[in-house]
Amino acid sequence: MSTHTIALTDLPTTRPLTLRLHEWVTTVDHKRLGILYILYALSFLALGGIEATIMRLQLIRPHNDFVSPEVFNRMFTMHGTTMIFFVAMPLVFGFANYLVPLMIGARDMAFPRLNAFSFWMSALGGLFLYFSFFGGNGLYGAGSAPDVGWFAYAPLTAKTFSIGHSTDFWTLSLLSSGIGSIGTAINIIATIMCLRCPGMTLGKMPLLVWLNLVMAGLVILAVSPLSAAQLMLVVDRYLGGHFFDTQAGGSAVIWMHFFWIFGHPEVYVLVLPAFAFASEIIPVFSRKAIFGYPVMVLATVAIGFIGMSVWAHHMFTIGMSAGANTFFVLSTMAIAVPTGIKIFNWLATMWGGKIRYATPMLFCVAFLFQFLVAGLTGVTLAVAPLDWQLGNSYYVVAHFHYVIVGGILFCIFAAFYYWFPKMSGKMYDEALGTLHVWLFFIGFHLTFDFMHIPGILGMPRRIYTYEPGRGWDIWNLIVTVGVAFQAAGILVFAGNLVWSYLRGKTAGNDPWDAWTLEWSTSSPPQEYNYAVIPTVRSRRPLWDLKHPEDPDWRYE
Amino acid sequence: MWIDPHETGLFLGQCAQYCGTQHAKMLLRVYVQSPDEFQRWVHEQQQSPQPGLSAGERVFESTACVNCHTVSGTPANGKFGPDLTHLMSRDTIAAGAAPNTPETLRLWIKNPDAIKPGSKMPNMGLSDQDLDAVTAYLETLR
Repeated sequence: MSTHTIALTDLPTTRPLTLRLHEWVTTVDHKRLGILYILYALSFLALGGIEATIMRLQLIRPHNDFVSPEVFNRMFTMHGTTMIFFVAMPLVFGFANYLVPLMIGARDMAFPRLNAFSFWMSALGGLFLYFSFFGGNGLYGAGSAPDVGWFAYAPLTAKTFSIGHSTDFWTLSLLSSGIGSIGTAINIIATIMCLRCPGMTLGKMPLLVWLNLVMAGLVILAVSPLSAAQLMLVVDRYLGGHFFDTQAGGSAVIWMHFFWIFGHPEVYVLVLPAFAFASEIIPVFSRKAIFGYPVMVLATVAIGFIGMSVWAHHMFTIGMSAGANTFFVLSTMAIAVPTGIKIFNWLATMWGGKIRYATPMLFCVAFLFQFLVAGLTGVTLAVAPLDWQLGNSYYVVAHFHYVIVGGILFCIFAAFYYWFPKMSGKMYDEALGTLHVWLFFIGFHLTFDFMHIPGILGMPRRIYTYEPGRGWDIWNLIVTVGVAFQAAGILVFAGNLVWSYLRGKTAGNDPWDAWTLEWSTSSPPQEYNYAVIPTVRSRRPLWDLKHPEDPDWRYE
Repeated sequence: MWIDPHETGLFLGQCAQYCGTQHAKMLLRVYVQSPDEFQRWVHEQQQSPQPGLSAGERVFESTACVNCHTVSGTPANGKFGPDLTHLMSRDTIAAGAAPNTPETLRLWIKNPDAIKPGSKMPNMGLSDQDLDAVTAYLETLR
């Protein structure tokens, strides 16, 4: 086996660069497409991070003029759109693409060509979005990149208020990446339903696979209305439609419903894969099987269902009826129950375990506490009367960055370090990894803990400047200082990946002594994943293999 | 909307829903007054200014100002912009973006974007002389 691996990894370096590039562009291999998704997302992470930094520099003190109001508005629109659609989603899909077939003992996704098509549609979406900087200037003075905010409420997107083509590039970008997302979601579901190896019943799938299955279902349900709304917007802007034009009998609120019935399930689309990473990493680094597997699966499905019925908590301030408000308050609070179950189960997995604090585990432990806080501020925002006070303030911004950065991004970093040895065949540098954890941890807390305070003091989001003397100045300064630590953390992360890929130690097939199938094949895996399709009898097939005297299948 | 205030004084607010380039400067000032003070304010607001024939008023009424602004008792009856009948009774102009002083008022008329970028009020391109006259006229709207 080992000589075979060396032959495969040595072979590509002897081929000309153009040929190797051609192989990557035309690939239908799920692992290569997964890596393409991930690299693509990382380059957009740099862009989105630069946009965030520009915003924070502008807000470092009142009446700052680092950028113009117009540029600031483009920055927050591009930052939000980039981070959600071209960083978080491709990262999630990249890992799902790479890991799901390996973990269920399959040789590829169910539809490899659809997989490639979906990736390139998503990639095209990102190019559309950033091409707006050059092509958005449809008329003199019309501006360049979109500046309508990432949820692009009507009537700002109407032709009257958004001249030129910036909004059109935004629409094209979301439509295109939406087609890619739906394609990949169908592929993930079909793969999990049809390609599981012998013995792997639904109840024996790794939790990561379960969570990605529910995630894919949510993508289909959530992205479709968003794409429909984009088409309606095109009709409004170019074909004389009035879907969102209040003055002609349309409804601006309908856009909000369409957007948020995408937008809130989207949070779960992103957080379920993050939970998936935690559910694989925490057991391995606690040296215990996951606590309460069936309940974890049930909680996941419950989050999927309840997650589809909470969207209008983004709209408490628009004056819905008392009945609607009550429903969305209760459904939003209800989702804290399955999420809480998960947190308790992860803690119970760690409880009494032999915990190894390697980089992936450090990120997961930070995630547990940060996600708890994010969930609790979420419950405060679910209380409609409090939301009337805090809605659209920096408290909301702090809350959802706590979810997306403190929860989702921390888990994604954990996943990077955990599966990097499998994807590259090389071990990352543990000291640099730990440095990344601490820099990012300090930066995250400086930025997002203190961001809650100006929100409570009344600072609205999306303002390019503010008056001194409102008590917001010092908090904004601290928030901006935190950005420097996060940026340093990202640089260490990128440096670690590049250096380890080029110079790192060989990782071996199973550096973590883990239990799921992907660790039974070579690192990196061959194109066909498994020479012989494995057969499994429990949720931890590699445990059974390593401990024939005490296999899991006796107890499951 | 119903607000039940417990103490008198000035309360600051701000536009919470992103509304375009001018969003950061859409400020709110809510004055809570005792019933007597409030009645006095209502009475003052119901008065109409004495129509005069100042140079500033002529400029105001002969340009596009009147398309958007109302000064009751005069031909100016536009509805898109704020009612200017009692402009001088306010502490700030441009939705709180600047204090209501003769200097800022003149700058606002001359170049609204200098005070509030993205404002829908156009720069009317008035001569310095006309600017002074219109500012002086607005200063009489008490």
